[in-house]
Parts: sequence; C-alpha cells; structure tokens
Amino acid sequence: MNGREFDFTEELGELRTLVRQFCEEQSPEDVVRTTMDSEAGFDPALWRRLGTDLGVLGLHVPEAYGGGDAGLVAQAVVVEELGAALVCGPVLGTLALAVPVLCALSREDVKETHLPGLVSGDRVGTIAGPLLQGTFDAAGVTVTAVEADGGWRLNGAVGHVPDGAAADLVLVPARTPAGTALFLVEGAPAQLRRTPLTTLDQTRRQAELELVDCPAVQIADETETAQVCEQAARVAAVLLAAEQVGGAQVMLGRTVEHASGRYQFGVPIGSFQAVKHRCADMLVAVEQARSAAYHGAWSLQDGTDDPALAASMAKAVASDSYVKVAAAAIQLHGGTGFSWEYPAHLYFKRAATDAVVLGSTEQHIDRIAALVLDAAPGR
Amino acid sequence: MTTATATTAETVEELARTVVRERPPATTPTAELMGAWYDAGLAWVHFPRGLGGLEAPRMLQTAANRVLKEAGGPEPRTVNIIGYGIVAGTIVRYAPPELAARLLRPLATGEELWCQLFSEPGAGSDLAGLATRAVRDGDDWVVTGQKVWNSLAHLARWGILLARTDPDVPKHKGLTYFLVDMQSPGVEVRPLRQITGRAQFNEVFLEGVRIPDAMRLGDVGAGWAVSLSTLSDERVGLGDRVPARGAGSIGEALALWAARPDRQTPVLRDRLARLWLRSESHRLTVERAKVAAGHGVFGPEAAITKLVASELNQQVYEFCQELLGLEGTLYESYTSVLEDDDSPTPYQRKFLRSRAATIEGGTSEIQRNIVAERVLRLPADLRNDKNVPWRDVPRS
Ligand SMILES: Cc1cc2nc3c(=O)[nH]c(=O)nc-3n(C[C@H](O)[C@H](O)[C@H](O)COP(=O)(O)OP(=O)(O)OC[C@H]3O[C@@H](n4cnc5c(N)ncnc54)[C@H](O)[C@@H]3O)c2cc1C
Repeated sequence: MNGREFDFTEELGELRTLVRQFCEEQSPEDVVRTTMDSEAGFDPALWRRLGTDLGVLGLHVPEAYGGGDAGLVAQAVVVEELGAALVCGPVLGTLALAVPVLCALSREDVKETHLPGLVSGDRVGTIAGPLLQGTFDAAGVTVTAVEADGGWRLNGAVGHVPDGAAADLVLVPARTPAGTALFLVEGAPAQLRRTPLTTLDQTRRQAELELVDCPAVQIADETETAQVCEQAARVAAVLLAAEQVGGAQVMLGRTVEHASGRYQFGVPIGSFQAVKHRCADMLVAVEQARSAAYHGAWSLQDGTDDPALAASMAKAVASDSYVKVAAAAIQLHGGTGFSWEYPAHLYFKRAATDAVVLGSTEQHIDRIAALVLDAAPGR
Repeated sequence: MTTATATTAETVEELARTVVRERPPATTPTAELMGAWYDAGLAWVHFPRGLGGLEAPRMLQTAANRVLKEAGGPEPRTVNIIGYGIVAGTIVRYAPPELAARLLRPLATGEELWCQLFSEPGAGSDLAGLATRAVRDGDDWVVTGQKVWNSLAHLARWGILLARTDPDVPKHKGLTYFLVDMQSPGVEVRPLRQITGRAQFNEVFLEGVRIPDAMRLGDVGAGWAVSLSTLSDERVGLGDRVPARGAGSIGEALALWAARPDRQTPVLRDRLARLWLRSESHRLTVERAKVAAGHGVFGPEAAITKLVASELNQQVYEFCQELLGLEGTLYESYTSVLEDDDSPTPYQRKFLRSRAATIEGGTSEIQRNIVAERVLRLPADLRNDKNVPWRDVPRS
C-alpha cells in the first residue's frame, strides 16, 4: 500500500476517504457531543465497527495477529481522520499504546492471544505506566510486583491512564526484584480499582488506577521491557502527530470558511490582512506538521531515519502546530469561537491535551537537542 | 522533434558522465564545459531539444547536476544566477525558437549574464504600478525611466524589462515585456550600496533606449502575464533549493555551535534545536511537494516554501549573532567592494544579508497575501487602483 516517502498512493487515498465517510456518517459533531457526555465516553459498537467492518484498527499489525499488515503510514492516515472528526474512542490507550506495546513483544503466544481482540475493536487496552512523557522512564514506575502462589501480584497507583476506566486489558510496567518487567491484568478484578477523572478534553478519557494485590501475568521480562515500551512510545508519538495534523487541518478549513463569509465593516473579515496573514501562517503550520508527522510514520515503517529522532520531530512539530492553529481558530472566530455550541473549543482542548501527552514539545526538543547537538562531532 | 525514447535518470546520468569525461571540469574553462552541457541538453532537461533540454521530466535535473558536481564542476545556476533562476524559463516559454536559441546558450555558459529590470523607486511590491515608458517608433520601442535594486546589472549583458506601453488603461493591462541589451546607448548603471557595504545591486537609468520590437516577449499590453511566469520561477527558485539535513544555513549554525563550547547555554541549545527542527520541517515539506509534483499535483506546500525559507534564514543568522555575542558587534570591513571575493563569508555579513530574504522576490507580507488569496482563496485586499486608468492612480 505504501510507496517511498511522501508518496501517498491511491490506496492510501481510498483508505482516507473510507474512514472520512464513516466518520461523517457515524460520528458527526452531534454524536461526538452526546458520546463525550455519556458515562463510558465512547461508543463500543462504533469502535467495533471500525475494527471489524472497516478493519482499520490494526493496519500496522501483522496478519498473524489479526492485523492488516499495511504499515504504519496507513495507520497514521486512519488516525488523522479519526482526529479530524474527534471520534470518541480508545485511540490513545488501545490503538496508539497497547497495540504497539504488544506488537513489540517477543512472546508469540501473548501476541496471538491478545492482539486480535484489540484489532477487531472488541476489547479495549491501555498501558498504566510512565510512558506518557514520550519515553519509557523506568525511574517513574510506581507499581511493584511480587511473586506469590506461582503468579504475580501488583501493588501501586498510576494516574493519567488513558482509557483506563474502559480497558479490558491493562499493561503494567512494575518493579520486580530484578528490575522492571511488564505485566498484564485482564478483565475487571476487584483488586484493580479505577477512578475515572474529569478531563479537559472530554472526548478523551483518563482514569486513575490503583492495584491492590492484583493478580497479573508477566508478559515481558526485565531485559525486554524498557525497549518494548520505548519502541511503542515512538509509534504512539507518530500516530498522535497524525491525529494532530487531522485536527489542525479541520480548524484551518473552518477558519477560512468563516473568514470568507463573516462580514464586518462591509467586507468579509478575510480581506483584512491581520486575519488573512494569520490564516496563511496557519497553513504553514499545518503543512509543516504534515511533513514531520508522515516523515515519522515512513521512517518507523521503513527504517529510513533514526526512529527516536523522527518520532520526536513528528510530535514536537505537530504539537506546536495544532496548538497554534486551534488558538488562532478561536481568535479569528471571535465570540463564536469562544462559545460552547461551536466546535473550536473541542479541538482546542484536544490540542492542549495532545501537546503534553506522550511528551511535551519541550521534552521532545530536548531529546532532539541531545541527538543532534550534544552528539555532534567536533564537540 | 521526438520524445519516442523516454528519458530516464540513467540516460541523463549517462549523458552527464559523457560530458564530464570529455571535458574534465578541472581543466576545462567553465564556458566551454557549460557549452557542452547545454549542447547535451543538460542545462534544463525539461526544455525542448536544441534549447538546452531533452524534453525530460524536470525532476531528472537533480541527477544531472549531481554528476557535474561530483566531477568537480559548478552548480550550474551559480554561473548565471538570474539567467538560470529567473530568465531562462520565460525565454523558453515566450521567445520565438531562433531568438531563444540565440540567447539561451550564452546564458547557460555564463558568457552573457542577465539582470532583472522590474522594480522602480515607485513600484516594488506594486510592480504593476511601474512608470517606465516604452513608446513605439517604427520597428523599435523607445524606453525612458528608472529601475532600482537590480542585482548584478553592473555585470549583465542582458536585462528583462517590464515597461508601460499604455498609461490610459488599468495598470495590469498597459504593460509590455522586453529583453534589453545592456550595452545599448542610453542605459546607465549605477551601483547601489547595500546594508553589507557591498554593491551587488544597482540603479539603472534608461534614457531613450531603443529596443527592437523583435525583442518583445508576449503581446503588446500582455507583459503582466509574462512577468508572472518570471516571478513564479523566481519564488520557486528562492524556496525549493533545500540542502540535505544539517546543511545550508542551519549547518553553519551547527558548525558555529560546535566550534564555540564556551558560548553554549541551555537557552541557546533550546533555540538551536528548534531552528534545526524548523529547518527539517521545511526540508521535508519541500521533499513532499516534489513527490506530489512528480504526480502532477501542486498542493499548498509548494506555495509556502519561499515564505518559510526566508524567515528561517533570518532566524538562523539572528541565532548565530547571539551565539557570537560581542564578537558579533565587529565587522570585517565596510569598504565598498564591487564583486565578491572568494574568502568565506563571515557570519556578520550573512546576518546582514539575511534581512533581504524577506524583501527580495516579493516581501513576506506579499507572500502571505498570495498564500491566503491564491491557496486558501480568501477574499482579496481592498484596492484603490482597480479599474482605474494607471494615469489616474495616486502615487507617492
Ligand atoms: C537584495 C535585493 C535584491 C533585489 N534584486 C532585484 C532585482 O534584481 N530586480 C528587481 O527588479 N528588483 C530587485 N529587488 C527589489 C525587490 O523586488 C523589492 O524591493 C520588493 O519587491 C519590495 O518592494 P519595495 O522595496 O518597493 O518595498 P514596498 O513595496 O514599498 O514595501 C515596503 C513595505 O510595505 C509592505 N507592503 C507593500 N505593499 C503591501 C501590501 N499590499 N500589503 C501589505 N504590506 C505591503 C511591504 O511588505 C514592505 O514591508 C531586490 C531587492 C533586494 C532587497
């Protein structure tokens, strides 16, 4: 399905159209608003349709585990469209995090058992660990694992777990006597207490999880865990960058439309340069984000760039662009932009959240500086 | 003319290798080398055969230039900056074939340099408002007026000239496009010093200069359309030559950073990393535009490159100045030098030169107008001079 870098093939275009039409029909703005106010915060039936009818929730997953084996670029196109429509669903927890973590494991049996359910949209997964900074920070692991009765028991609390309330499958990095290993908690055991949190971005839920002697199985050992999580964090950063592109593009389009139709002083406001120049800058921001996000996707898919660098580039540029574009959208819509009925605030909140989840721009810039400047020859 | 055999990157590279094998760049005078380059159809591979081209896809030019460069030859456009960057495309689109053949070869070899005589003291951004008059006299046109900021006019043999042939119609409709021999009687070039202390651009005074009608491009009164093709080549040229990762102006900043550990601070490190990231986003956007153009798609990404490149260039050299600290407050020499010497350009001069990036070839304000109006289709600015005869438009 994929050509060389930036070659958006016809198949990718068709995939985009497919998902866009689905979102227009099944998740228009009023559905998004109803769903974000619902208790679960997403519609499991809609998510299942994406996974099973459209088959677009595991495009970068090998066929052996129920995936589409079409590559990360294809998956990024899907996530971009879901982000454009603000579809409520476990995009972050399941699609961007749990699936890549499982894919990166060496244990075939774990992948065969757990990936198909996530890919089909039947189950929701997430990871409860220090990954939301964009890298895996072993020192930030707050859960401990002890061996008991031939199994493992987990103890500790983790905040900010994306889709944590809905997850059927919770991946938990935890401290063992030998280091940090990765564990899996399945179903809804009583020893896993979930506290849903009120999120700034109502279309994307988080929960605080508390594990009290919670039974768990180990799925990656101390030698593998950090690298598995690290790799998944990069995939997640790139997918989130694609989502940011999708949202920013919508905000640009809506703003241009508004500026062309809204009259003040007898002319469309878009004829004022203070307005049109800001629109031009929004376009620049969107285009740069698109380049960086898809460079990230192509790089991780084909191994054409340092994956850590490419992922940080994607996330840093897309975060900045989305925030800037969403803020400009509100400004250029005036009072309309500030009102609840108009969707600009939904995108603005998503932008503000995406900008810190999986590593803030500042953290990614710091990583880029370490790779490009500190490591530079001649120092 | 036949295009039966599709030209591929391999054919182009093979042709290029033949040229540099027969005329090793190290020992061949540039004009001779570039003459052979032109004759082989490698000057502009997308041009017609016999006019320096092969009727091949434009993308293949990079492959040819790489061979030339690897053999120690010049980057072709440096042989005749304005000729390659701005003029050649317009000639091939608008000049009759014999005239094009007469002009393009010495342009390609650098034997005849070109300059652009567009801007005037009263007409920069508002180029179509220009006042230089051309009046028909038999087979000639007689031109009188003043041009300004004309790069390399002091070295040029030819100029592209936009002049007013009818002041009684609205400004865009009364313009005609000419090629002027800079050696004609009545052409006076006065170097004009720049911010850097050097004089790379000029004032050009035209006093009763006779231009044969045969040197007109496009119809009388249709000069604006011709000039738009020139300006679009110019903007593309100013934006889409992006060097590899870590090269170009950001590469200079990286080199300066590495050379000055004593000046490194966390804040400057952050700034440089952000500039690096912006340079990369720009480079990737240009790459993406090229892939899209290969499929015949000219998307919004193509329109923003000049705007982004120029502002980035300024920010990079502002960073260098700050890294240099007090050292940046000193300057090599303001003694006016006409031609560039070969010594490496100091950062301070590049810093000063970078102020031009957002002015030349259309200011950033004008670029934003263009992006907003042509790409985003926002409504046009309010204009006072629409549908008014040029003669009646207020001027400063
Ligand atoms: C280094 C250099 C080389 C050059 N080489 C050449 C050359 O070879 N040949 C040639 O013909 N010209 C050349 N130029 C001239 C260049 O094209 C003009 O300087 C440029 O188009 C701006 O015109 P101006 O200087 O008259 O500024 P103005 O048009 O007077 O602009 C002054 C300010 O007003 C702003 N402004 C003007 N109109 C608008 C508007 N509608 N909306 C918003 N803001 C506006 C501008 O953005 C700018 O900030 C060169 C310039 C430089 C700096």
